[in-house]
Amino acid sequence: MKKEREEDLDQNLTGEETANPAGEIKPKWYSRIRQGITTSTADKKETPEGLWSKCPQCNFICTTSELRENLFVCSKCNYHHRIGSEEYFEIIFDNNTYTELFDNIQSKDFLNFTDLKNYQKRLDEIHSKTDLKDSMRVAVGKINGEEMVIACMDFEFIGGSLGSVMGEKFSRAVDYCIEHKLPYLVISKSGGARMMESAFSLMQLAKTSGKLSQLSDAQLPYISLLTDPTFGGISASFGMLGDLNIAEPGALIGFAGPRVIKETIKKDLPEGFQRSEFLLEHGFLDFIVDRKQLKEKLHKLIVLFKG
Amino acid sequence: MPQYPNRQFLDFEQPIKTLYEEIEKLKHTAEKSKIDMTDSISKLEDAIITKRKEITEHLTPWQRVQLSRHPDRPYTSKYIHKIFSNFIELHGDRNVKDDKAMVGGFAQLNDETVMVIGQQKGINTKTRQQRNFGMANPEGYRKALRLMKLAEKFNKPVICLIDTPGAYPGLEAEERGQGEAIARNIYEMIRLKVPIVIVIIGEGASGGALGIGVGDKTLMMENTWYTVISPESCSSILWRSWDKKEIAAEQLRLTATDMKGFGLVDEIVPEPIGGAHWDYDEAATILKQHIATALQEIKPLRAEQRITNRIEKYGKMGFWNEVPITENNHQ
Ligand SMILES: [Zn+2]
Repeated sequence: MKKEREEDLDQNLTGEETANPAGEIKPKWYSRIRQGITTSTADKKETPEGLWSKCPQCNFICTTSELRENLFVCSKCNYHHRIGSEEYFEIIFDNNTYTELFDNIQSKDFLNFTDLKNYQKRLDEIHSKTDLKDSMRVAVGKINGEEMVIACMDFEFIGGSLGSVMGEKFSRAVDYCIEHKLPYLVISKSGGARMMESAFSLMQLAKTSGKLSQLSDAQLPYISLLTDPTFGGISASFGMLGDLNIAEPGALIGFAGPRVIKETIKKDLPEGFQRSEFLLEHGFLDFIVDRKQLKEKLHKLIVLFKG
Repeated sequence: MPQYPNRQFLDFEQPIKTLYEEIEKLKHTAEKSKIDMTDSISKLEDAIITKRKEITEHLTPWQRVQLSRHPDRPYTSKYIHKIFSNFIELHGDRNVKDDKAMVGGFAQLNDETVMVIGQQKGINTKTRQQRNFGMANPEGYRKALRLMKLAEKFNKPVICLIDTPGAYPGLEAEERGQGEAIARNIYEMIRLKVPIVIVIIGEGASGGALGIGVGDKTLMMENTWYTVISPESCSSILWRSWDKKEIAAEQLRLTATDMKGFGLVDEIVPEPIGGAHWDYDEAATILKQHIATALQEIKPLRAEQRITNRIEKYGKMGFWNEVPITENNHQ
């Protein structure tokens, strides 16, 4: 029996570092791996020794390097740990070789939005702590020899929130696909829209949909891979608009977050509610894919679309 | 619209209520003492107009939000009946049920057939429940899409009136794909071949609004709000307290003036002095004029041109810094 993990997803959208019950988003070794990115691949692969990782679902303990070997999937209960663009690119692209696109586009605090902290200050702080420039990275590379563009979200950047930068990168990725006649994969992992960009964030839903309609006219496949968690503006736009909508097992996916629904209906939510398996059952996913089969499945799909 | 004493007053409208009460007193005295008070009464009536004007001239963003939710404010059906003729309501999404938080149907705008669609709030306890406070379920969005497709088939323009505190966050809504329903609408509206005019007539909350909110022209009435989240929810998430809604409303820049300034909406529709709830006929007359003008502007374009314009318009929305390119080959 799966343990239901309670997590306030909205908290991730504040941009504050949170103690998260899912536990695995950003352990210290993970940041150190990130620090290594700019040095060499060998260093990067090196996980600091003697570090252990506990599965938030079954409490299974293994070394972090074992977990990495296993593509960040619990070898005991198949729990899919949350990972970022760096890991997905490594898992999917041949020889971890790819070209990152549009990484010169960065967020700015156009509205001078201030909640408990000023948005620009928040951005600067995150930039000083991580290599991530925003909540989405785009790259082009090969999957068993087949070229594909992948846009992948990073949950650790203000909860993978959808703002102007994600909208613009998403759009330019579509243009790139059309120009080079390539299929498009978007890996979603987000709490929703970025509140600090107000209505501009909301309009990204329309902006990205417009671009998808151009991709569709070019008859290029668009695959939407939903991972844990995917909510709000993402599921109310391109997340649910794939030619194929697929998901990792056990991922929490929905429009409204579980906390909000619970407060609205004043009832407990049924077990498995808003999980990938629930969405598959209700007809919103084409299939669920294990991370270990992801690359093979994607390759097969590209071949099928081409053939 | 309700007349005094049936009018409802927001806290910042209390001075107007006081004036009404004074008029009542004078009328009472006049009746009793048989003294002619017409002059004093008409002075007070003028004072009411002045007060209404004064109040709306100095509204905070949060007060605008309150006005957009004014219990006496005209809702979608009111505008439909005052602006259009021969309205025939059409029901159901042909799949699950008829969502009463979303209404729509064929109607005529100055002799021309259009499809008019909008979220509908209730006017008393019973109808508020029935209309689910204007919060549509997936079947509401799918009904809206069905009607838009119907309009497209017969080459009739679409007019959407937005007034929602959000798409309904319920269990069944999730089961039936609230996200997918909104996503589908946004996608289809971008590509719809017929002209689309959008009007925010009250609350424009996030995806629930945009789910019927993509079009060639977006108009925003003077005392409405439109943004990514309600100020209350924004306060609770970003300030971790429900008490910062006034500040959240300011920070979100959700007023018509802000939205027009950002280029995210095309036009502001003026309201009667003090707000649409003071004069439904006047509010509807002004709105009708704006809708008709907007339609005239977009109708002459070819369908393909309108669609291209829409994609370009939304494509420009957003702000970012672009630093010089460094190509990053990852090996
Ligand atoms: Zn496990």
